[in-house]
Parts: sequence; structure tokens; C-alpha cells
Amino acid sequence: MLQIFSSVMDGLLIGLVYGLAAIGLTLIFGVMDVVNLAHGSIIALGMFFLYLFFGAGLHPYLSLVPVAILGFFFGVIVYLIAVKRIISGPPLMSLLSTFSVSMIIIGIGTALWSTSPYNINFKVETYNILGYTVTSARLIAAVAAVLVTFGLYFFLYRTVLGKAVRAVANNREAAELMGIPSQQILAISFGIGTMLAMLSGALIATLFPFTILSGGVYELKSFVASVLGGLGNPTGALLGGIILGLIEGSVAPFIQISWTNVIEFVIFVLILLFFPTGLFGGRK
Amino acid sequence: MKFLKSPFFWIVIAVSLLYAVYPKLGNNITLRETLVLSAIYVILATNLNLMIGYTGYVNFGSIVFFGLGGYLTLWLIGGYGWNLYAAVLFAGVVTSLLTLALGFGILRLRGAYFALATIGVNEAVKDFVSNFDKWGGSEGIFLPFSTYKSMGGAVHALWTVYFLIIGVMALSLLLSWFIKRSKFGLGLFAIREDEDAAIVLGVKAPVYKAIAYSVSAFLPAVAGGLYFFKNGSIVPEEAFNLHLSIESIVMVMLGGQGTVTGPWVGAFLYERLRGLLLTTPSLSNFHLVIAGVLLLLIILFAPGGLMGWLYKRWARVRGVLE
Amino acid sequence: MKKGWLLLLLVGILGIAQAQTVKIGLTVSKTGKYNVESVNQLNGIKLWQQWINGQGGIPVGGKKYKVELKYYDDESKAERVQQLYSRLISQDKVDFLISPYSSGLTAKAAIISEQYGKVMVATGAASDSIFKLGYENVYQIYTPASRYLTSTVDMLKAADPSLKKIAVVYEDSKFAKAVATSAREYAKKAGFDVVLFEGYPKSTTDFGPIINKIKASGAQALVGGGHYADGATFARQLFEQKVPLKMIALLVAPASDEFAELGDAAFGVVAPSQWEPLVKYQQTCGPSPAQFTEMYQKAYGKVPAYRAAGGFAAGLILQKAMMEAGSIDSAKVRAALDKMDLTIFFGKIKFSTDPKSHGLQLGHEMVQIQWQKKDGKLVKEIVWPTNAKTSDLIYPIR
Repeated sequence: MLQIFSSVMDGLLIGLVYGLAAIGLTLIFGVMDVVNLAHGSIIALGMFFLYLFFGAGLHPYLSLVPVAILGFFFGVIVYLIAVKRIISGPPLMSLLSTFSVSMIIIGIGTALWSTSPYNINFKVETYNILGYTVTSARLIAAVAAVLVTFGLYFFLYRTVLGKAVRAVANNREAAELMGIPSQQILAISFGIGTMLAMLSGALIATLFPFTILSGGVYELKSFVASVLGGLGNPTGALLGGIILGLIEGSVAPFIQISWTNVIEFVIFVLILLFFPTGLFGGRK
Repeated sequence: MKFLKSPFFWIVIAVSLLYAVYPKLGNNITLRETLVLSAIYVILATNLNLMIGYTGYVNFGSIVFFGLGGYLTLWLIGGYGWNLYAAVLFAGVVTSLLTLALGFGILRLRGAYFALATIGVNEAVKDFVSNFDKWGGSEGIFLPFSTYKSMGGAVHALWTVYFLIIGVMALSLLLSWFIKRSKFGLGLFAIREDEDAAIVLGVKAPVYKAIAYSVSAFLPAVAGGLYFFKNGSIVPEEAFNLHLSIESIVMVMLGGQGTVTGPWVGAFLYERLRGLLLTTPSLSNFHLVIAGVLLLLIILFAPGGLMGWLYKRWARVRGVLE
Repeated sequence: MKKGWLLLLLVGILGIAQAQTVKIGLTVSKTGKYNVESVNQLNGIKLWQQWINGQGGIPVGGKKYKVELKYYDDESKAERVQQLYSRLISQDKVDFLISPYSSGLTAKAAIISEQYGKVMVATGAASDSIFKLGYENVYQIYTPASRYLTSTVDMLKAADPSLKKIAVVYEDSKFAKAVATSAREYAKKAGFDVVLFEGYPKSTTDFGPIINKIKASGAQALVGGGHYADGATFARQLFEQKVPLKMIALLVAPASDEFAELGDAAFGVVAPSQWEPLVKYQQTCGPSPAQFTEMYQKAYGKVPAYRAAGGFAAGLILQKAMMEAGSIDSAKVRAALDKMDLTIFFGKIKFSTDPKSHGLQLGHEMVQIQWQKKDGKLVKEIVWPTNAKTSDLIYPIR
């Protein structure tokens, strides 16, 4: 019983962080129909940005702020260089252009940091609640993921800029006719998506060791989570992340752990086939 | 026998013969091993082009065919003592049939959704095989050395495999060429341009797509069988290496999607480029960056690839190099 | 008689004057996932080259052969290995081969070396299965996977005969799975109750689910692990989750010096190691463990890891076989390797000559290290076998 409770709790906590990563991916898709294949490498970059600030003496949780700001501007630059020109082309073009960005990031990252693992070494408390053991880092990462998500919703629904983003997502031409500068909105959306990916990477870096190649795993998880929730739907992506975390936690007591990935990807393909708009409806 | 009059047919035959004969004449093993890699790239890119270039469906997980073919082949040879020819043919047919069945399902998805699903299929198969004890799980399958002895010794066996791979390369190019000139090919191009319009005009799009998908699996599966037989072993992460699938897309784009010559030239150039970047010490740290920048430039400024550029400059090239 | 001496002298002089060389080829993973381990191994091989060339070369049949090394970068990738080993044999015309790092790459290279009947000494490759495929020219330096954790089990039994429940948790990779499978069999035979036997995927960073399983199984000791990154993470999370284990033995990771960066999480963790600088083997030829360590430190400014020692050992074994054979002919050197039974600074070396497992290492044994605290600092101590230990095993750790 305790084991199942622990598994569910662990799954929930890590699932929130997966969810945050997936929101970054799904937001970009929702606004501009681009599947960002640089997502994983951007997550990894978030890990290393945190590492740099941490190395400069900043507390890891304080470092999240500069990581977020860097993430936003990085995303805007990527958009202007690699996405803007082909945004109206066939999907292959945007898939490949974002993939080439990923190759460039990983290439430079490998040259700078090699492919060996890095760690954020800071003091972590361990709490024991009725036999369930949990670390402060995991709790804080989950809470931070929730706070960032709230922040995003506040932005999207309570600010003029956020409403413009939603308008462009709904219908770009109509939004332009209403006088919304769609190119700027697209750049900002890409920036926010990238910022969320980097933040999730930075949070993961406080939990686990990482290499410049680590992003690949979380990119695949983001795909699964956002497809579960319906591509383009941020709430769905968060829920998708939680479901993913719960699957990882809760199937573990009953099967060999190494089968978890098989289950995840089979679910992924099945959902795509039978519920292409996800479990919670497609984009808003 | 109209094709016998086409210069392109003879170009394919001549180049393949050159591939086969040149290393054998000088008994140059190093060249042979380099050309094997180059030929495998050509096979992967050319068959992938049937989906990306002809049908307009972006298959991101095409490497699953290659890996599955390799696994089936080594399993039949190592476990049941099949001979190589029977094993690779069987592997090719089985992979093709599985792909056909899968195709009717996932080809209902379009655009990015299809691309994501193909990634999912490759990862699911990889993780499944890593857990599948009959195929050695994560340890993979290793062929005993005596397998090569029954083929007249390892030296002889590896030359035979080399010729077979070159043969598969020639077949891939010819297949791609025949399809392009056939009515079937025309149907595929119609789907690429506008699927809904094609259906209205009477193209049985679901069947056409599924057949194209299945055909694009056959020769890569055979090539996978031959390649991993040559290696003597197979493990999941080498067999289902998603990265190689994406590299194949790069080759197709580099040469020019939708043409026959494009993927061929793209694959050849890509192998050369990679080799050059890796063996030049000052560049080897940045080979990924350089390849990435190159890809980005092609997509942004020359989406038709090398062939697109050639056709624009010299329209007459189109008559010779399809 | 006098004439004979003169002739020998003449041959000797000519031999020196001609400056014979023997070419040894290999690939090194200068880039890619094996970069660190493989370059370490190369450093060991290069040190051997300097050492023997400093003595004028390898004395073979009255002549002295200088060693020439020829190596390329294989990028840690299988597809490059066969290409490059073919090149080494057919174009560079090397006389002998040393394997790449890792069992996976070695298996690919072995096909090529067998094809041409070239002797290949395999270091950095601990797989058993490669040596059960019927190869005749490949020789293993490392203790194979099947015996990697068996002495750990012996040590645990000696430390606490009353302990029964152990968990075997391994990375789902070729090497770790082979090690874990033999460890489970061995532990069962030794009377342990293996309450959990489970693999985790290679890219695992979140060990939460598996740690919950270990807790639920009631295991009192844990053996397993895989490679560096996963092992370090596993150890850290076991510590954070306060899993009540009396002994934790992990593959590979704790044997590296970087493991100390884990701080308190590293304390008490046991690891099997192929070699440690402090071992006390009575070598019958070549440098002593201490001499090797000193040479290495002088050359590279750091303490040698076991992979570097393995590289030096590979060279030394080839050298010894050439000397015994009195020739650099492949067939004669192969015969010498088959007969070899000696102890060097790396430990005992003896190869299987059974056609079913030809070349498999039979002589070499693992040592067990444990991270202990000395004056508040984490240090690696050898705790097993008892005749080589530098400190007593700390047991139980929690």
C-alpha cells in the first residue's frame, strides 16, 4: 500500500515538471503549427544555463529568473533566424529547420561541455511523511512548475498581449485584419515556448544529472504528454504530463521497469490514431 | 523494353558496376567499407524519398524498417540456420507486410501528426526489442563466426555481402525511377500536391499511400539484413537509431526531394562531407554544427536541393537525370 | 664455438642498425560516448610504447623491435570500427591489433581481425559472449562480466552470514545485464534469496519507481548498476531516499574518482574494479603496480584509472607473447598467448584454450573497493580480497 502511495506521489511530482516541458512544445504548435524539434536541445540548454549561473554563485532557484529571461530572447532569435521564413511552408520545412537548430545547439554544446554528465550540487533536505520519503528538490520543482503554469494562464487570459497571442492562434489572418502585428506575436510566442522549455530543463537539472544530450528523453516525453492532452492545448499538456508521470510511477510495482517506455510509446501511437485531438480536446 | 533506351537506366547500371568492380580490382578493403556505408545511405535516402518526395508524407522513423530487417535476418540465421538469401528476402517481405498493415492505420494522420506517429512507432519498437528476450533483449544477437565459414570463409562472405548491397542500391534507384514514370507514381504526386483533390479525381489515396509506405520498407529491410550480417551482431540502439533516420531526411533534402538522382547524390555527398568533417582535426568538434548550418541554409534558401538548383539553371538536365 | 659468438654479435649489431619496428593498430573513441574511458586506455597503451621503446624496443629472437602505434578515431560508433580496422590491416599493414574500448565495438572489430587471422588483444571489453562465437585470434585482458560481481557476493557472505535478502538491479545494457544475470545465479548458489531482479532503461535519471520497488522488496543489500552516469545518480537517490541497505555495490561508477563528488551519498558504496593503484600483485615481469603508477603520474599528472592500466597491460601481454614466440609471426604469437600463464602488475593473466570459449580471460580477478572516510575526506580503499586489502570493509553502512 505504502509502495503504491509513494509511486503515485512520485509520479505526480515529476509529472508536473514533464507537463511544464510539454506546455512549451504545445504552445508553439498551437500558435503557429510548428512542431519544434529543437525542443529537446533547448531543454538541455536550460540545464546548462542553470549550471552556469549556479557556477557563478547564484542559488539554483534564484537562477531560474535569468534562465527564463535568456530563454525568452533565445527563442525570439531562433524564430527570426530559422522559423520566420518558412512558417507558411509545408510541415516538413519547419520540422527540418527546427531540427537543424537542434543540431547546431547540440554541436556547440558538445564542443563546450563534452557529453559527460554534470550535476547541480546543493543542499537537499529529505522529509519523511508517514513512511513516504520525498526530497525538497522534488517538491520545489513541482510547485515551481505549477506556479509557472499559472503565470502563463494569467498572461494568456488577463493581458492584452496574451489575448493577442490567442487571437493569432485562432486565426492568423483574421487577427491581422484586426490590426494585430502577427509577426511580432509569433516571435513572442516562440520566445515564451522556449522559455518554458528552458525552465523545465533547469528544474530537471536540480533533480537529476544531465548531459547536453539529455534533452532527447524529455523531448520524447513532451511529445507524448502533449499528444495525450491534444496538441495545441496547454492545460491538456499539463494533464498529459501528470498522466505520464503517474503511468511511470504506478505501473512500476507490477511490471519490469524497462517495459514502461514500451507502454508509453504504444499509448502515444494509439492516442494519435484514435484520438488525434487528444484526451481533452484539441487546440483552443 | 522502352527503358533500355533511357540514358538514366544506363547511368544507374554503370555507376553500380563501378561501385562493385573498383574496390574488387585493387582488393581495396578500406574503399569497400567506405562504399558500403555510402551505398547504405543511398538505399535509405532513395526509399525514404518515395514517402517524402513522392507522396508528401514526412516519415521521421524510417530507420525502423532497416532495424527490423536486420533483426529478422540475424534471428533466422543465428537461431534457425537459414541461409542468408532466404533470410533477407523473408525479412524484407515480413517488414513490408507489417508496414502495409501499419500504413492503413497511421497514414490517416497528416502533416506533423504523421511525423510524430512514425517517431513513436520507431521508439516503441526499439523499446520492445530491448525487452524481447527471444531477440536477446538489450544484449542483442551475435552471430557465431562459423556462419561465415559456411559461406566460403569470412573474406569471401563479406565480398558477397558487399555485392549484394550494391545490388540493392541499384534496385532502389531503378525502383524509384520506375515508380516515378508509372501511373502509380502519378497518383502519388497527385496526393502530394493536394490529397483531397486527388481523391475527388479518383485516386484511391489510402491504398496508394499504404502501398508506397510498404514498398519504401522493403529494400531498406533487406539492406538492414545484409548490413547487420556483415557486422556480425545487432543491438537495439544501433538498429533503431532515430538519428540515422533524420540524417536520411537531410540527404533527401540536400539532393532534392521528389527526384531520383537527388537522394542518390545527396546521400553520397553527405557521407563524403561527414567523413571529411570527422577526419579533419580542426573541424571534427564542429561537424554537427556545420551539418546543421548547411541543412538550415538549404531549407531557407534552396528548398529544392541540389537537383532543384540544377534544373533551374539548366533545364535540359531534367531529361537525363530524373 | 667462437664463430657462433661472432655470428650472434654480428646479428645483434645488424639488428640494432636496422632498427626493426613492429606495428600495432587500434581505434580510439576520441569523440562520442566512450571518449573519456577510451582516451584513458590509449594513454596506458602510449605509456607502454614509451617504456619499451625507451629500453630500445622489444627483444625478439635476438633483434630489437621498436613499437609503432597506428590509431584512428572511431567516434564510439560501430559503423566506423569495421571500416577502420580493415584499413589498419590492409592499408597500414599492422602486425597486431588492440581492441577499441567497450564490448560492443570490440565485437565488430573481432570480425575483421578473424577474417585476416590477425591477433587482437582485447582490453576494455568485459563481455563473455564475444568469446563464445568461435574466434581464434582474440584475447581478453579484463575479468569477464560473468565474474564481475561474484567476489562481491563472496565478500558479503563473509561479512554477514546471517543476511539473506538481496536485490539485483541493473542497467538494461549488454554488459550490465550479463553481469547481473551471473551475479543472480551465483548469489542463489551461495544461499542468498534474490528478492528483486530488475533492469532499468539506459537513459534512466529518475530512480524513484525502482527505489520504491527496492523498499517494498525488503532487500537488505543491493548489487547492480551499469555505467557511470546512471550509477552515480542511482547512488545519490538511494541516499536521498534513505533506503535501509546494509551494503550497496554498484558497477563501474564508484570505481571512478569523480564518484567522490557525490559527497555523503558516496560513503560506503562498494564497487568491483579491474585494478587499483594500491594493489599488491607480485609481478613476474614488467613494472610493479607502484612503478606503473609512478610512471603514469609522471607522464600524465594524475593517478591511473583501471582503464589506463588495462591499456598498458594489453601492450605488455603482446610484448611478452612476442618475446616467448621469438617471432612476430601471427601463428607463433598466438601459440605463445595460448600457453601464457603469468602475473603482471595488472594481475594474473591466463586465456581459455577451449575452442568453445577461446581467448576468454580465466586468470584475472576483480578487487573490491569501498568509499570510506579518512580525516573527513572520502577515499577509495581496497577491501577485498583479504590478502590485497588496504582497509577493513565498513559494514553495515546504514
